[in-house]
Amino acid sequence: MSASTRDPPRSPPGGLQPDAELGSLLNAIFQRYHYDFRAYATASLKRRVRSALTHFGYDTLAVLEERVVRDPQLFSELLRFLTVQVSDLFRDPSYYRSLREKVVPYLRTYPSLKIWVAGCATGEEAYSLAILLAEEGLLERTLIYATDISPESLRTAEAGIYGVERFKRFSENYLAAGGKASLSDYYTARYSSAVFDRVLKKAILFSDHSLATDSAFAEVELVSCRNVLIYFERELQDRALGVLRASLCRKGFLGLGLKETLRFSTHAPAFVEFVREDRIYQRA
Amino acid sequence: MGDVKAIVVGGSAGALDALSQILPALPAGFSIPIALVLHVHPGKPSYLAPLLANRCQLTVKEAEDKEPLAPATIYVAPPNYHLLVEPRRCLSLSVDDPVLFSRPAIDVLFESAADAYGAELAGLLLTGGSEDGARGLAEIKRKGGLTIVQAPSTASVPTMPQAALRLAPIDQVLPLPEIGPYLAQLHSGARNIQGEAWRRS
Repeated sequence: MSASTRDPPRSPPGGLQPDAELGSLLNAIFQRYHYDFRAYATASLKRRVRSALTHFGYDTLAVLEERVVRDPQLFSELLRFLTVQVSDLFRDPSYYRSLREKVVPYLRTYPSLKIWVAGCATGEEAYSLAILLAEEGLLERTLIYATDISPESLRTAEAGIYGVERFKRFSENYLAAGGKASLSDYYTARYSSAVFDRVLKKAILFSDHSLATDSAFAEVELVSCRNVLIYFERELQDRALGVLRASLCRKGFLGLGLKETLRFSTHAPAFVEFVREDRIYQRA
Repeated sequence: MGDVKAIVVGGSAGALDALSQILPALPAGFSIPIALVLHVHPGKPSYLAPLLANRCQLTVKEAEDKEPLAPATIYVAPPNYHLLVEPRRCLSLSVDDPVLFSRPAIDVLFESAADAYGAELAGLLLTGGSEDGARGLAEIKRKGGLTIVQAPSTASVPTMPQAALRLAPIDQVLPLPEIGPYLAQLHSGARNIQGEAWRRS
């Protein structure tokens, strides 16, 4: 595994030393559980670790570290803080509109399709793509891989059940993204929650995968990896982009978050900008 | 404490007008990078950078992820993203939960910048209608940095500077017209000569 040979976080030129206790915690987590957060961007990770500390009621990171290495259950609770699980259905509608109007015509030309949602969190993006493809008549020949490092998120994603209070916003996004029907065609509401249609779920394979430690596992025509790379340091961004690149077929598409870019990456020459404002790239 | 190597600025209601008065006082060669969080509607596209660029001599741009901080540049948080400073002194973005109902949140910028710059940071909190930024200023002070708030009497909405004065040790409480000139003298070591005289404590 390439991650085991990664250097420990380096001290920044001109900056202050990174938090030694945080580094120690991340090393311990990697040794014990093989989750590698060592090359995550420190600033936001530190905030999330701090709120975990408050949540668990420990005074110092050293105490948290000591407990976490002994208690896998505590680690799985901590994982919820370390990973970011905020998402929406059709988050950034213009991205999905561009996929529908500009990328789908290319996808149509393939007899069968594989799509990878890398860092799917609780599944909203995967369901968004499934709905979009269903409306374009492509879902039947598509397999969507949706991966994340958090088992808990993957369970939520697989269940496809979300609070009904979120559906007003989901529905607005769906329409803004160029939805052709009504979002309610795709779910069944029961009391305070709503579950997505089995047809959508059948097209999605949820699975564990880490962009920090694992490699490419399939050849796909589209990768959607949104607001994942911003949580990584440059070096890890590059590693992750290498995995995404290796997964894409020739002329395959890569969609990033609206504030993410390939511009600073060593992989930039392998791609051309396809829809610049929505951060959709095509592999050369 | 060392020279100021970065300035972080936060504000909410009324802050755009306040900045229109503050920024013209900064010379084109102003060497200290500035990172800025203003509360804006998350659904709106970014309009802040071009708007502010028209009103000052510095480069104003929307912050990009992992971008190093450069002199004579103002970095604006994009709508719906938190803006942070990494320990290696570059900017980063996140979509973590809103803080005090805000994303971007001023506390998130201030606290991360305090970590990265310690005593070499100055934090400025302007007019606004929330308590965002007060905790951040307290953290900047705790790390030895310089804390500045707009005098509440000159703020169109005084809640934010008042909260800061209540919750954080503040070095300078400045009326709006004095903020620009004060920042201007922070650069290129000017504060070494006369700076300590500005400091209250």
